[in-house]
Amino acid sequence: MNIRATALAAVRGLVLALLSMVASLTLFIFTVVTISLSSVLVGVFLLPPLMAGVRSYINLRRRLAHQWFGVRVREPYRPAPEFQGGVIGMLERYRWIMTDRATWRDLLWLICDATAGFTLGIFAFALPLYGPYGWVLALGVWRPIVHSGGSDWYTFVPIRGQGTATLAGLLGFVYAGLGLWLTRKVMAAHTRMTGAQLRPTNERERELEMRVARLTETRSDALDSQAAELRRIERDLHDGAQARLVAMGMSLGAIEHLLERDPQKAKILLSEARESSSKALTELRDLVRGIHPPVLAERGLGDAVRALAMASPLKTEVSAEIPGRIEAPVESAAYFAVSEILTNAAKHSGAQRVWVDLRHEEGMLRIVITDDGRGGADASDGTGISGIERRIGTFDGVLALSSPVGGPTMVTMELPCELSSPQPK
Amino acid sequence: MRVVLAEDLFLLRDGLIRLLEAYDFEIAAAVDNGPELTRALVTIKPDVAVVDVRLPPTFTDEGLQAALHARREVPGLPVLVLSQHVEQLYARELLADGSGGVGYLLKDRVFDADQFIDAVRRVAAGGTAMDPQVISQLLARKSRDEPLGDLTPREREVLGLMAEGRSNVAIAQRLVVTERAIAKHTSNIFLKLDLPPSDDDNRRVLAVLAYLNAA
Repeated sequence: MNIRATALAAVRGLVLALLSMVASLTLFIFTVVTISLSSVLVGVFLLPPLMAGVRSYINLRRRLAHQWFGVRVREPYRPAPEFQGGVIGMLERYRWIMTDRATWRDLLWLICDATAGFTLGIFAFALPLYGPYGWVLALGVWRPIVHSGGSDWYTFVPIRGQGTATLAGLLGFVYAGLGLWLTRKVMAAHTRMTGAQLRPTNERERELEMRVARLTETRSDALDSQAAELRRIERDLHDGAQARLVAMGMSLGAIEHLLERDPQKAKILLSEARESSSKALTELRDLVRGIHPPVLAERGLGDAVRALAMASPLKTEVSAEIPGRIEAPVESAAYFAVSEILTNAAKHSGAQRVWVDLRHEEGMLRIVITDDGRGGADASDGTGISGIERRIGTFDGVLALSSPVGGPTMVTMELPCELSSPQPK
Repeated sequence: MRVVLAEDLFLLRDGLIRLLEAYDFEIAAAVDNGPELTRALVTIKPDVAVVDVRLPPTFTDEGLQAALHARREVPGLPVLVLSQHVEQLYARELLADGSGGVGYLLKDRVFDADQFIDAVRRVAAGGTAMDPQVISQLLARKSRDEPLGDLTPREREVLGLMAEGRSNVAIAQRLVVTERAIAKHTSNIFLKLDLPPSDDDNRRVLAVLAYLNAA
């Protein structure tokens, strides 16, 4: 086990050393030259594409540090803003790169990696191999070397005959031992150096930057969908209830006029007016359901989803473990997400049964919706799933879709949220 | 007949009082919030209660909860629940104890005074009055492999009308067939839903409950 791990570390050391010698060194030189060409403008245009390459190479090394040596190194780069097109955009890109502290730290790391990194890598590779080399010398490889007039030194032992070769073989055990002991330590040091130089200087600052970028994006999504929703409500009220009330007012006016002259006709108009009022109420009710379903307001998410299940054409089982009430905005977003997914399942999946599982654990609302349909749903076709994803994104919610062809389809959503105490019954 | 009325909007409460009094009901109490309603129902034990689902202080389903609570204390206490919207979920909860004397109607139904009063009387007599909307939601759904799947379309139709609280005579008139034919349908329905023989009213309630549970 120990030998295997050491051999693996040694081989990885060699790979990293080769990468350092070739890629790190070359990229360092290119970058320095390009930056120094900035004064004659060429560098300004060359730097952004070059740095894209440098960053993807360094990201590869970050990944290797994680995959091979278990050290997680996050990207420190500032998120890219929106660039304009043309020359202005090029200048913006240049500025974005040059003012990012991570660029300069990358450059420093490139040269450190090409020197110190290379040395450590080669050392880690050569140390454990030097032991076996001593052994093969002792086993007779010294003969052709000495006979062909060559001379070889095994560390401080000049190889002249079987005696000195045997000594080299014994010394080989020391090296092999050292290798087993040191190689992995050396590679760990190598990784520490990489990690120290490549991780963000201030983790917190970077997290905040990423957070701001995400919030900016989701906020604009939220505002867009809210504006669209308000427009829809306005249109529905305008064409529906409002128009019906106008019609009712007119009917009542006519009735007033006809009451004495033609009571029969007035009676007909009256029943029409009543019909209108009841239609207006129906429309308002549907509208309210679309804005905030009453059962959600009255009972919370669990029962609201049960009510959805009762209305669904599919046989739907609901299990809910939510000991309390979820904050209203999250509750509403979750409800409409479930509603849309159930509608999709009924329309497209060909499923017979659906299972909805809702639970709140450790500050997270988890919703799992599974159907026994034919699967093959795709988040990228149509706007359904991605629309839901965007909307719950406003609340830092995430959605995962698993829908292999042949089924089953499973949608999992997670929304961080707090519970308020359950209502007294 | 003594009525307890719970409605938080003054205009509607006033209108309902006037309507009920016009049809010779006696208003034993008219309240505007949940706790008072619970107290009035349990102490007065009216002949029938007319209750709005949403009441202060929480403005959630306070009225429904008060009605359910009172029916646990006073089994079979007739309650007619009014709401701006109807939910099958609530209908099922109201019917769950299987003892009848339950109504669940949209507030709009008050517009038609005769029909509304008819529903109040039916509930007071231990029958049911489910809003046609609850029924149509059920009928709108494709049939699933449920006990109800065994029913013929005609039987489902009869069951729907039964759930609205109509008598065999009324159903016969509505479907333009003889009362004998309806009696045959209802006994078939009871048989298929596996309902033990008991008095007809109670079986009707259980049939409706089975209907709602099929969701």
